[in-house]
Amino acid sequence: MTDTTTADTKLIQGRTGPWEIVMGLEIHAQVASKAKLFSGAAVGFGAGPNEQVSLVDAGFPGMLPTLNRFCVEQAVRSGLGLRAKINLKSQFDRKNYFYPDLPTGYQISQLYHPIVGEGVVEVERDDGTFFEVGIERLHLEQDAGKLIHDLSPTESYVDLNRAGTALMEIVSKPDLRTPEEAVAYVKKIRTILIYLGTCDGDMEKGNLRADVNVSVRRPGEPFGTRCEIKNVNSFRFIAQAINYEARRQIEILEDGGSIIQETRLFDPGKGETRSMRSKEEAHDYRYFPDPDLLPLELEQAWIDEIKASLPELPDEKRRRFMSQYGLSQYDAGVLISEQAKADYFEEAAKGRDAKLVANWVTNEVSARLAAAGKDFAENPLPAAHVAQLVELIENGTISSKIAKEVFDHVWNGEGSPAEVVEKHGLKQVTDTGAIEKAVDEIIAANPDKAAAVAEKPQAIGWFVGQVMKATGGKANPAAVNDILKAKLGL
Amino acid sequence: MSDLTKLTLKAAVDGLKARDFSSEEITRAFIANIEAANPRLNAYVLPTSDKALDMARAADARLAKGEGGPLEGAPLGIKDLFCTDGVQTTAGSNMLRGFVPPYESTVTANLWRDGAVMLGKLNMDEFAMGSSNETSAFGPVINPWKSGASNADLTPGGSSGGSAAAVAGDLCLAATASDTGGSIRQPAAFTGTVGVKPTYGRASRFGMVAFASSLDQAGPITKTVEDAALMLRSMCSFDPKDSTSLDVETPDWTQSLGRSVKGLRIGIPKEYVVDGMPAEQMELWEKGQAWLREAGAEIVEISLPHTKYALPAYYIIAPAEASSNLARYDGMRFGHRAADAKSLTDLYETTRAEGFGKEVQRRLTIGAYVLSAGFYDAYYVRALKVRRRIAEDFDNVWGKVDAILTPSTPSAAFAIGNRQIDPVTMYLNDVFTVTANLAGLPGISVPAGLDKGGLPLGLQVIGKALDEATVFQVASALEDAAGFVAKPEKWW
Amino acid sequence: MAVDVATVRRVAHLARIKTPEGRLEPLAQELNGILAWIEQLNEVDVEGVEPMTSNVHQPLRLRDDVVTDGNKVADVLSNAPKSADGFFVVPKVVE
Ligand SMILES: [Mg+2]
Ligand SMILES: [Zn+2]
Repeated sequence: MTDTTTADTKLIQGRTGPWEIVMGLEIHAQVASKAKLFSGAAVGFGAGPNEQVSLVDAGFPGMLPTLNRFCVEQAVRSGLGLRAKINLKSQFDRKNYFYPDLPTGYQISQLYHPIVGEGVVEVERDDGTFFEVGIERLHLEQDAGKLIHDLSPTESYVDLNRAGTALMEIVSKPDLRTPEEAVAYVKKIRTILIYLGTCDGDMEKGNLRADVNVSVRRPGEPFGTRCEIKNVNSFRFIAQAINYEARRQIEILEDGGSIIQETRLFDPGKGETRSMRSKEEAHDYRYFPDPDLLPLELEQAWIDEIKASLPELPDEKRRRFMSQYGLSQYDAGVLISEQAKADYFEEAAKGRDAKLVANWVTNEVSARLAAAGKDFAENPLPAAHVAQLVELIENGTISSKIAKEVFDHVWNGEGSPAEVVEKHGLKQVTDTGAIEKAVDEIIAANPDKAAAVAEKPQAIGWFVGQVMKATGGKANPAAVNDILKAKLGL
Repeated sequence: MSDLTKLTLKAAVDGLKARDFSSEEITRAFIANIEAANPRLNAYVLPTSDKALDMARAADARLAKGEGGPLEGAPLGIKDLFCTDGVQTTAGSNMLRGFVPPYESTVTANLWRDGAVMLGKLNMDEFAMGSSNETSAFGPVINPWKSGASNADLTPGGSSGGSAAAVAGDLCLAATASDTGGSIRQPAAFTGTVGVKPTYGRASRFGMVAFASSLDQAGPITKTVEDAALMLRSMCSFDPKDSTSLDVETPDWTQSLGRSVKGLRIGIPKEYVVDGMPAEQMELWEKGQAWLREAGAEIVEISLPHTKYALPAYYIIAPAEASSNLARYDGMRFGHRAADAKSLTDLYETTRAEGFGKEVQRRLTIGAYVLSAGFYDAYYVRALKVRRRIAEDFDNVWGKVDAILTPSTPSAAFAIGNRQIDPVTMYLNDVFTVTANLAGLPGISVPAGLDKGGLPLGLQVIGKALDEATVFQVASALEDAAGFVAKPEKWW
Repeated sequence: MAVDVATVRRVAHLARIKTPEGRLEPLAQELNGILAWIEQLNEVDVEGVEPMTSNVHQPLRLRDDVVTDGNKVADVLSNAPKSADGFFVVPKVVE
């Protein structure tokens, strides 16, 4: 897809002229595995301190890593989902540094030969336009443990439950130019991973985190010096952090200063980034191949097998929804943004008016779920109910207006739409006798208005309203119109 | 039975099985020897006599029922590099003084499975970095052997100096050891014992304190080639907990012993003649060739052209791996922690300055240097390329020969304190042994003669990967021909 | 590639080994001695040679994704210089 946004809409104005932000992202996505990357300890949330720790994770003398097949498979799945090259031979390297949350004194990662090479992701902006982001690589690595600072004024507490958990680090090329693009990119990666089932995407639990490399430059100039912002773990913070950091850098440059390459921490409370003192030590990680692990060799047949098992991915699904159901790009985009939502739609749309179903799913159902703080995976409303509701509209049993009322009852758990219609007598009145009777009564009661209609035909609307009111909204609006026109001589 | 501690492992195991004596009896005999000798020899850093007697009684109970494994009731010494569940494991370092692992190394677990009894933990160079046992935080081990009339204390070699001295001094039937650049074979040569380093991947590294992961390999030090074959078989196993463990059968190598070497082609690498090698060592090597020729083997001169680069390559690769492997000793979760540190960085630096001895610090510094930005390619990657050249040297001769015969060491045991001035001189001890580590090949040192001072000298046999069988076959022939029976005169 | 005192200081810090100022110069000399000896590797023609990281010629084994370990807080903390409430305790870390 070609980028339809013009270049200058991406620029920000400084005191001395326009600037362009250049960003590359490193997303750390936790593999949805049961056990850790190199040990048999459990991965999870909410266990007591150091309960999910093996002596391998704690770096005891003589402990050795063994690689989790499932994690390798998820990295391959993710790579395939990012349309990236899968490297049949990769290798684990040690990244050496001292920190109390890193028990062995090195993180096992992949620097020289990652499992996944270059790929590309298509990202949609809010305005419906698309842009592409290059993927530099995806590699497997271990997470570190956690430091707790608030249990003692003079000491830090170390919990290694998280240490050794498998992460996929997805490194983008420096292809992003606005905070909105960066957010849209992370959202897209998250959606893809959730579709693939390789990461649950839970940002609140830290299962998907982004580090943003930000630099600024004059349009057309070479890349500037970048700063890496860590700890941006929500979409809102990503945008905030980038905006703050870009303006900070522009200010420095416009004042004649220069940017120091450094790691900065985003402080969500203050909405600022600040230099990370702890990471300011000389960056010399002394990467070298981990001698405890041999090269990882994958067979093409296995990769083909994984490829064959991939689900339909968001982009394919969006295209299919547009062609198969005749949906707009926007509606299709909204539906595919969550796999459960897309599935829900498809289940409800079977044999029904798909556009109507899409409207119900993207509007009414989505709004109710949002209000309840739930997503589609936790949707209490069976898709069959939406299907039935649309069916009742389609066959004229209820009007679109009454459908909203029916939906309320159904959402409240009063049963299927058909049952609700039955129970509350909401069936649309198509019996012309009953409608005629109501029309006659209203015309008889309002002779002046009836006379006026002859001059002002649009005044018929008032009569329609009155008839609908008299029939409790259940009269078929088309029939009401026809009968009124006949009786009023229009 | 006169002195049970003088038995070979094989004889002891047979005697135990025949109920000629009990495990408790032989264990007590060794405990007595250790108590008498250890204050002088310093071979054990931690005798575990109570545990030994418990294990011995349990072995006796099994033997009484006609049960028991291949090493049932045999008292062994364990190099303090192997983690032993509930028993302090220090790797010869102050860093791990008081460290009690809640787990057992696979190698020792295999020995206990086969019925062996643990007499205690044996002294070693700190983190296996050394060739004389002088880097141990527990003080040097003294070689039971003396040279001529001199009363000077000699080194038993290293890093498995405690293992070698304990076997030579009858402080155990046999001992576990480990070899990263020669740490089994060099001490064996210095003490008139047999030491085997198997093919890399035969013995699990799980639970063995790491020095240089791609080179470390466990093996036994024993009194005879047969004992070595017996014990190595128990130590080796395929271990899924070690990703570099080979998924192969462990053969019964005792089957290779006494088998004729007729028709075997034995390679003599011309590059193993080094400057300053004593004439006696040179003569012994020639004698070894003669013995094998007489036994029907064909002696073939070969070239391993990159031999001289093995040690320099090793002194890049091993420290580099060590600098990373030993980063876990940081005072946070186990081991020594400096008191009153002013900051986190101060805690790290002081802990490690206090916990590690000088040689370890030196190697960790070299290791960090060769991996650091700007030097990685020039040093580390180049060393790995040279390593391949060295491995290819061996690959290139295996078509022509079945095994290679070399001296084990460039000299006999030297006096304590003798080689401490210059690290490189000390490193040269491993010049003949280190190639097998770099290439992952099996090697054995067999005592074959004495120098003019009456000190033992060893010959080394190197074989193809996984072909320990031929190595044992040739070693057994050398042992038979050499008829080495000398024992150190007891002075302790 | 001679090593100077500043380099030794930097590398000792990388290795997190406190090295008193007075020890830097002798250590630099020792390292230079070793490095000079190592320099002979430059004589070897390694053109086109693949670095050899391991002796094991088998692909990396993979294990199943099954929880087989953990729930051993007592073991994990048994050798800790300091621990409290199930945590390792270390000096205050300033991030
Ligand atoms: Mg990274
Ligand atoms: Zn990472």
